[in-house]
Amino acid sequence: MYVAVKGGERAIDNAHRWLAEERRGDAEVPELGVAQIREQMSLAVNRVMAEGSLYDPDLAALAIKQARGDLIEAIFLVRAYRTTLPRIGASEPVDTGAMACDRRISATFKDAPGGQVLGPTFDYTHRLLDFALAAEDVPPPEPAATAQASGTPMPRITATLGRDGLIQQEPASDETPTDMTRTPMEFPADRALRLQALARGDEGFVLGMAYSTQRGYGRNHPFVGELRIGTVAVEMELPELGFAVEIGEIVVTECETVNQFAGSRTEPAQFTRGYGLSFGQTERKAISMALVDRALRWQELGEEDTGAPAQDAEFVLAHADNIQATGFLEHIKLPHYVDFQSELELVRRLRREAEAAAGPARQEAAE
Amino acid sequence: MRDLQDDDARSGAGYNFAYLDEQTKRMIRRALLKAVAIPGYQVPFASREMPMPYGWGTGGVQVTAACLTPDDTLKVIDQGADDTTNAVSIRRFFARMAGVATTERTTEATVIQTRHRVPETPLRDGQILVYQVPIPEPLRFLEPRETETRRMHALEEYGLMHVKLYEDIARHGHIATSYAYPVKVEGRYVMDPSPIPKFDNPKLETAALQLFGAGREQRIYAIPPHTRVVSLDFEDHPFEATKADAACALCGATDSYLDEVVTDDTGGRMFVCSDTDYCATRREASETGDSA
Repeated sequence: MYVAVKGGERAIDNAHRWLAEERRGDAEVPELGVAQIREQMSLAVNRVMAEGSLYDPDLAALAIKQARGDLIEAIFLVRAYRTTLPRIGASEPVDTGAMACDRRISATFKDAPGGQVLGPTFDYTHRLLDFALAAEDVPPPEPAATAQASGTPMPRITATLGRDGLIQQEPASDETPTDMTRTPMEFPADRALRLQALARGDEGFVLGMAYSTQRGYGRNHPFVGELRIGTVAVEMELPELGFAVEIGEIVVTECETVNQFAGSRTEPAQFTRGYGLSFGQTERKAISMALVDRALRWQELGEEDTGAPAQDAEFVLAHADNIQATGFLEHIKLPHYVDFQSELELVRRLRREAEAAAGPARQEAAE
Repeated sequence: MRDLQDDDARSGAGYNFAYLDEQTKRMIRRALLKAVAIPGYQVPFASREMPMPYGWGTGGVQVTAACLTPDDTLKVIDQGADDTTNAVSIRRFFARMAGVATTERTTEATVIQTRHRVPETPLRDGQILVYQVPIPEPLRFLEPRETETRRMHALEEYGLMHVKLYEDIARHGHIATSYAYPVKVEGRYVMDPSPIPKFDNPKLETAALQLFGAGREQRIYAIPPHTRVVSLDFEDHPFEATKADAACALCGATDSYLDEVVTDDTGGRMFVCSDTDYCATRREASETGDSA
């Protein structure tokens, strides 16, 4: 006798218990602390903050721990938490020009006021496994000389080009940009909206899109005009005071690319820009974002639509969000037997009819 | 720290009634009102990130959250059944976050959230049926661009859909859409009824209010009570609500949609009601099938 499958509730409870056990792993191995993740897995923490759209290293570290190191799952946890937070207001725009830089490089000028600062980068490391790190209780490394200590002002590289009119000026605006977390996405999306979507977009997706432009699908000849990583002050105007006060500091990565020039009979040749900005030390993301931003500006800059994926705002923006993507992708694990049943019946019926039609024909051929 | 993963029976203390804050509910209710005013029209809304993944019913959950009152009785089904894992998960979510009464009885529920089915028991005035919708746009697989499909709806330009259905007939002899079968609502908008089997399409004309929520795609739409809903077809190929040609092995019903259950590895199979409440109610009234 068939008994309808019951027990969904118990199965879920058991799955959650097993998940908790697997998350902890071998109980003989000391448990990972949230502070350890925050301090020693800081680039993972940065990615979770950037794509989770919430600047909180402790929460990001907790999410990574809870998600067993699955960063997209951790980003999801942070997003689902963020969405419940009330909006109390908006900060002043951060001044990245006044950033206390840990890292600041330009690929377009050998030297610039403020200098080139490599900062804590993997760039020139040899990717050889350091077996010494496998040992426990390695004494902490000697403190390095940091750029921040010098306090040298670091004006933006593109400002140097801008003074000579060599690079296109971006129109300034005090208009409040649309908030994509409070307004449904509408196409065509303006640049502020595109940048928001890219800033929280999946690093891998944005990287792939950026890479495709380098390989010729919407090529725009980018140079890293400047990449800077460091601390900026967040200021907010308090109505009671009537002026802006600093409410905290955040670390951000900013990339400005200098791209192929445009010009015409009436307008002299000028370089153009792409822009990337994201929370934490996330330079792969910021550079990728700048390249994709530039590719999406083809219309505004009077370029040709080559049909490249990275030029197609609807395509890029609708698929950049990994929380949307992974949810929809993974939902095909949910039961679909009602739909499948209806397909099954249709296919059976079509086959039945096809066989019935082919039957007499086959007989004729045999005769 | 808030723990959203833990699914034990703790109350939703610290969260607003039915999880969403009142501003968000108001925003969703406005979209719902507009949707009811323009039957079948997809209203964009600022869908929130929910503590369950996109594609798992976030749209339906937001609509349910915006509709629930403390006096409501909620039923949640997936594939017609109350005990499928995701239905269990969503029912628990609201039991915890809203503290509302829950039921498996279609007749007792005031709000029913569903995925992929319309209950067999006819719905009555005052009930709300909330559908989870993956892709709200019926024209999406004919035209991937939202800018284009919105224009097509605005101009009532549905020729492409008819061509698709005609091509099905030319190729297969039948319209080869067996679920998420497109309908025209009150003579105006072509609408995706969500991936319900086309067997359920005739039930879209009902006394209950039907609300559709697509979270990832940020769309809400509705069919008000007693609205005309016509499944697209041709005069010489009229719409046909099909199901497996069998009776339920448990309750003997011949009028309900059936799931096929594989019983062994030698081709043995049986058919049972997909609507578990309908089946159980019939069995309680001692209508029995072959296998019971």
